[in-house]
Amino acid sequence: MCGIAGLIHRGKSTNVGGEMQKMLQSLKHRGPDSTGYALYGSGKSKDYILRFKVGENVKEGSSAVMEDASVYDSRRDEVNKQIHDIGAKIIKEEQITPYSFRYVIKCKDDLLELAKKIESVEMTEILSLGQSLELIKDIGDAQVVADQYSLNKFNGTHGIGHTRMATESGVDIRSAHPYWAYPFSDVSVVHNGQLTNYWNNRRALERKGMRFMSSCDSELIAVYLANKIRDGFDLEDAMRSSLSDLDGVFTYMVATKDKLGMAKDTMAAKPMVLYESDDLVALASEEVAIRSLLPHEIDTYDPYEGEVKVWQA
Amino acid sequence: MASITKNEHKSYGMGLHDEVLTGRTQQTFFNPEEGENFFYNDAFDVDFNKRTSINVENLECLELNKKIKELMKKGYGTIVLKNPGAKHSLGVGILQKLNLIVEGSLGYFGVGSIDGPVVRISGRVGWSCAENMMSGKVVIEKNAGSCFGAAIRGGDLICKGSVGARSGIDMKGGTIIVGGDAGAFTGFMMQRGRIIICGDVGPNLGDSLYDGTIFVGGSIKSLGADAVEAEMTDLDVSWLKRKLKVAEIDKKIDFKKMTKIVSGKKLWNYDNLEPSERKGAI
Repeated sequence: MCGIAGLIHRGKSTNVGGEMQKMLQSLKHRGPDSTGYALYGSGKSKDYILRFKVGENVKEGSSAVMEDASVYDSRRDEVNKQIHDIGAKIIKEEQITPYSFRYVIKCKDDLLELAKKIESVEMTEILSLGQSLELIKDIGDAQVVADQYSLNKFNGTHGIGHTRMATESGVDIRSAHPYWAYPFSDVSVVHNGQLTNYWNNRRALERKGMRFMSSCDSELIAVYLANKIRDGFDLEDAMRSSLSDLDGVFTYMVATKDKLGMAKDTMAAKPMVLYESDDLVALASEEVAIRSLLPHEIDTYDPYEGEVKVWQA
Repeated sequence: MASITKNEHKSYGMGLHDEVLTGRTQQTFFNPEEGENFFYNDAFDVDFNKRTSINVENLECLELNKKIKELMKKGYGTIVLKNPGAKHSLGVGILQKLNLIVEGSLGYFGVGSIDGPVVRISGRVGWSCAENMMSGKVVIEKNAGSCFGAAIRGGDLICKGSVGARSGIDMKGGTIIVGGDAGAFTGFMMQRGRIIICGDVGPNLGDSLYDGTIFVGGSIKSLGADAVEAEMTDLDVSWLKRKLKVAEIDKKIDFKKMTKIVSGKKLWNYDNLEPSERKGAI
């Protein structure tokens, strides 16, 4: 089933971490396996925020392999070496969990080379890389993940999130949403649905040099959009072309440094409820998520089949 | 199964049916002389002037639905739900006369499987509102999600705003009235009843419909398989006028210019099949 939610404040920053946590917690019944957040901060710095993991969270229901925590330190040292070797500089480093890290780095704009170097380290996956995007995902509900990663005080303009019910791939962080649109800075995707031409598209994109870290069909949307953006499409056009290129039933959201977008398949088979005002846009799989932010009476509606919308922060 | 002819059923004489049924059918129309058929055995005797309200804010759907039943048992005929907060499955399974007023919005599967109540909702409803409704009247002041009135068998289901995709999917009777627009696959596999859309409709309208009628006031993006346009009759126009008045939809519509969609009966025509033949066809 899965639940997705997103919000964007127009022209102001607020506690977007706390707001997304409320929305996603109210969608817990749609997906209890894992929760993910893609939160967008002020983005004023020219430095990059790198979120990565060097291992998996192994809990009941997880399909990941249990490892000795001691391997995480050596992998982190290797990541540091790779960053140093490519000429980037680590300005700040934080260890959030034994396997998950947040770095602030100064680097050139060639993120593909940097990403390739970092991910050459065993079991290492970049969750996000950008000037305002911070992508956090882990096993557990929205409250558990927000507490674990101290997200309740995160200030920013917009965010998207996902509560996952694992259907076609394992219960682990690598299969959790959102997905970063590797190797583009600040682009993330969440998705509710199933793509039926996953392998055809994946093979085509891999031939173009795009990388996949999981076998989750949702990752395809992020990689697909990244490839379109690389080919010169703007976000909205890339999303529109996805409606004909991706087959299946889906509703997805995509966020960039200053935009939030949504697309719905031509059958309108997956839900989405939308609230739009002059200063806030909130959307979710169910209205209860929007109500968690706005308990008073509001006007909401369902976007129609084949609809693509993009909002500016 | 006996053949249905206009002379055999009083409901025809009352102007309640104008569909032209051919062949054989299992549909049975109510007989207005059989008063006991309007009530379930365990229905409570309620007084519409006896009114109360429930604050739903801290109630789960099961608690709320039980509470409605308890109040009906005590004779309350008008119940107001406050702070519904778009929760799911509120007001379901009410199988008798009741005046239910919802001050706010409902989530998914709101007022499903009802038979008899009059429901007025001041907000919006989520997916599958009034699914399997048998009779009664539901009025929604704002918009509705997808699968609006899925598989309803009777009653009037009215949305003054716009509705999502697949409205009236699998409906077997009753009337769905939409003041605004409707999404894709409206009337998908519809088997009986009528749908009125005052605004525009998305692609694949009436896809694979078996029977029933769809009226559209605005544009139609595309027709689905076996959906065909039919001629508007004077009877259609007078029925539409009356129905929209009852539905409190005061849009200025030129009823004669509405588009009427029916089944081409190329895909399905189960009226012509005996039950045993139908089984074989499945």
